[in-house]
Amino acid sequence: MVPTAYYLILAAMLFSIGIAAFLIKRNVITIFISIELMLNAVNLTFVAFAHMWHQVSGQIFVFFVMVVAAAEAAVGLAIVLSIFRTRKTLNVDEIDLMKS
Amino acid sequence: MQLALFLVFGALALGGALNLLLQRHPIYSALSLVVVMMSLAVLYWSLGAEFLAAAQVIVYSGAIMVLFVFVIMLLNAGKEEHTQGSRAAYSVGFPGVAAIFCLLSFVFLSERGALMSTDIGGDLSSAVDNIAQLSAMLFTRQLLPFEVTSVLILVAILGAVVLARKEQ
Amino acid sequence: MTSMPWSTIWLIPLLPFVGFLINGTLGRRLPRNVVGAVALLFTALPAGLVAWLWVTMCAAEAPRSFVSEIRPNGFDWIAITGFHVNFAFAVDHLTLIMLAVVTGVGFLIHIYSVGYMGHEEGYWRYFAYLNLFMFFMSVLVLAANFLLLFVGWEGVGLASYLLIGFYFKKSSAANAGKKAFIVNRIGDFGFLLAMFLLIAHFGSLSFKEVFAVLTQNPQWQQQGAHFLPAIALLLLLGAAGKSAQIPLYIWLPDAMEGPTPVSALIHAATMVTAGVYMVARCHPLFDSSPFAMMVVAVIGAATALFAASIGMVQNDIKRVLAYSTISQLGYMFMACGVGAYAAGIFHLLTHAFFKALLFLAAGSVIHALSGEQDMRNMGGLRTRTPITFWTMSAGVFAIAGIPPFAGFFSKDEILYRTFTSTNPLHIVLWLVGLLTAGMTSFYMFRLWFKTFFGNAKFERTELENHASAVHARSRTNLMMEAEPNEDQAECPHGVHESPWIMLLPLVVLAILSIVGGWVGIPAALGGNNGMERFLDPVFASNTTGEAAATVGHGLELALAFISVLAALAGFYFAYVSYYKKPGTASTLAARNPTAYSLVKNKYLVDEFYGAYLITPLLMFTRGILELMVELGLVNGSAAAAGATTRGFAWIARKQISGNIRSYAGWLAIGAAAVITAMIFGDALKALL
Repeated sequence: MVPTAYYLILAAMLFSIGIAAFLIKRNVITIFISIELMLNAVNLTFVAFAHMWHQVSGQIFVFFVMVVAAAEAAVGLAIVLSIFRTRKTLNVDEIDLMKS
Repeated sequence: MQLALFLVFGALALGGALNLLLQRHPIYSALSLVVVMMSLAVLYWSLGAEFLAAAQVIVYSGAIMVLFVFVIMLLNAGKEEHTQGSRAAYSVGFPGVAAIFCLLSFVFLSERGALMSTDIGGDLSSAVDNIAQLSAMLFTRQLLPFEVTSVLILVAILGAVVLARKEQ
Repeated sequence: MTSMPWSTIWLIPLLPFVGFLINGTLGRRLPRNVVGAVALLFTALPAGLVAWLWVTMCAAEAPRSFVSEIRPNGFDWIAITGFHVNFAFAVDHLTLIMLAVVTGVGFLIHIYSVGYMGHEEGYWRYFAYLNLFMFFMSVLVLAANFLLLFVGWEGVGLASYLLIGFYFKKSSAANAGKKAFIVNRIGDFGFLLAMFLLIAHFGSLSFKEVFAVLTQNPQWQQQGAHFLPAIALLLLLGAAGKSAQIPLYIWLPDAMEGPTPVSALIHAATMVTAGVYMVARCHPLFDSSPFAMMVVAVIGAATALFAASIGMVQNDIKRVLAYSTISQLGYMFMACGVGAYAAGIFHLLTHAFFKALLFLAAGSVIHALSGEQDMRNMGGLRTRTPITFWTMSAGVFAIAGIPPFAGFFSKDEILYRTFTSTNPLHIVLWLVGLLTAGMTSFYMFRLWFKTFFGNAKFERTELENHASAVHARSRTNLMMEAEPNEDQAECPHGVHESPWIMLLPLVVLAILSIVGGWVGIPAALGGNNGMERFLDPVFASNTTGEAAATVGHGLELALAFISVLAALAGFYFAYVSYYKKPGTASTLAARNPTAYSLVKNKYLVDEFYGAYLITPLLMFTRGILELMVELGLVNGSAAAAGATTRGFAWIARKQISGNIRSYAGWLAIGAAAVITAMIFGDALKALL
């Protein structure tokens, strides 16, 4: 008999760690990984609520999140490859051509 | 007993996440994320979402993370350097993170009563099991999003192929 | 039949306005004769309407005056509780005389202008402005309330500015136009203040209502209410600006920069008489304040003497006539100041005839000499331009006051009324008037002798130089519609008489200058005093003039004899100085160099104004307003606004660093803020 709140707090912790990782890390691939961590935390939240309210829509949403995460990971890593080819670096601090 | 399950695998997930944060080499971060995902799969199963647990293991950690590992090894990403990037990330970001965590915890803890408790196992409905329920919803009422996501995957494939192609 | 003219009164101003619109918008593309025909048509029609009006109103059963609203139920202009102003025209006998002058003399001058301005560029512009002037002057004369009169007042000032600065490429003309307008504005300020006082104390601006209130409150005059002289003096300030009296006369001599027909129409016959008309129209207000009337009379007399003295030593023929106009206007004001309003209006009428004639004839002389205006270079034109000579002589004799020409009767009437008035200074004023009459006669005959008699002082080669200079002015626009050959045909070498189109109005005006005074021959000289009786309905409440009626005819005959003597004395001095012994004047001038140069330079009034009024004003404007307010405040605040925006933009720009992590940091904070708003939104709203 685990209170649902515990699951939710775990998800919140994972989410925060994901954002922190995003802010700290300098490797662009690691940043992508932290995004995946955040998405997983959200998935956990959805599943917990689906279980609490006995609705299956939460799980369907998780399903879609997984699909979209997959697509996003594929395209994102392809972009990282192109950037690596031109800039020869994976350090996100050096990829700042968009600055004003 | 259920609490122990939750605590063990919750701790595992947290540990993996912290390891992700603290490791310098991206490959270790990727592998830590695999650990997190596996733990989360167990937690999904304990919340009655067996299909999702399976999908998590197969698709998420089995395919997506493998893709990440492939790219890391392809690009031969090494240890991270210490470059001074932006001060805004630290000075503004961390308070933001802290604020988000505190807010969410506050809400969840204060609504503890309304959030009730969970029982392990598939007690969504005793009549049908999880996959049947999911597919009943997915292929009837959510058919359009389902088809659209398949198109989305197609587009992603095309995009990835085009973007990653070597220039001639 | 009887109702027709009264419902179509508003056509009298409207027709010239239509002419202005046509010539103003299409005139540039129309051929010259169409432009002239349009202008003449839209001036002749009002003249015809005025003639019809005369016939109707002189009929036996016609009312003495009436007010006509533009629409049967009245056309409101300002309608608020407690204050009401209509668009309303009123006609009484005074209006009839003014309308006759405006439309009649105006029409003659339009005819003259067709010939005089035939070579000028901007022909269409000239006639458009002239029609505009006719419109505004008609509105001024027909107005039934102060506000509508003020509309006409301002409008004629505008038309005057446009026409004085007609040759706008000459900086002296443009400056003269500006000077006229600005000085007029000072007078208008007085007029506006008078109107405000009228609204405050009388509650209305309509003539009928104001005068009715005034008669209903005789205690105001007995108690010496201060606002009555104040209103009268402020109105006088306005009139002084418009009619070129001391201290606001300085614009009129400079206004001679405009074309000569403009000087004839606006600065002799009509616009400058608007001040006199206004004083005559508001005579109940002036009658109620003896102090104001004294001021009016003194200013009129002083101006008359002052201007005549300057006119005696001027060399430009138009300037002499300009100062003569100022002087004659002084006579009219003096007449109004002693209560002889009918005499003042009578002189206005005759002055319109002979002054317009003099200006037009001077224009003919200038045209004959291809642009020469300096009298020292004229002479002997009597034989070369006979018709101009004879018509101008009629004008000269009229203004000098030689019987039986028109000027004698009107001027004599003024002098007689001044002498017999109840004004404490009446003897002094009469003496000043007499002296001025002598000086007027002197300088007019001086002009006459110098222009038409003696040896020709102009050289043929000088004439040709002048010709090319004058016509170069009109040839600056290569797209002139006139055929190039016309110039050489019209202005052959040497002096020539003007074309008939210019001479016809001269002849008509000359006839009027001779017979025009016969409508007002006083009883003492065998007439029936027609003018005064005609204006009785208007000035009937005037009591100061009636006191003179009890004096016998003998005094009047004696005074008339004395004024004729003064005129003949002036003629004699001019004859001696300029005909018999032509060097007399210059030797006199050489013996009194300081006095001569002082008078010649107009007593340095312009320089005085410049040093004591204009220079401090310019210093204030440039130093304080321009430097501090304009540059400091206005420019400074604009620059500050720009700098602030740029500062904020500089701060904002630092966000766009291109660094993903900083973006993420800001995202995190933003997300936290949104979550806070979502969770605590209701509580926050309740708190606020």
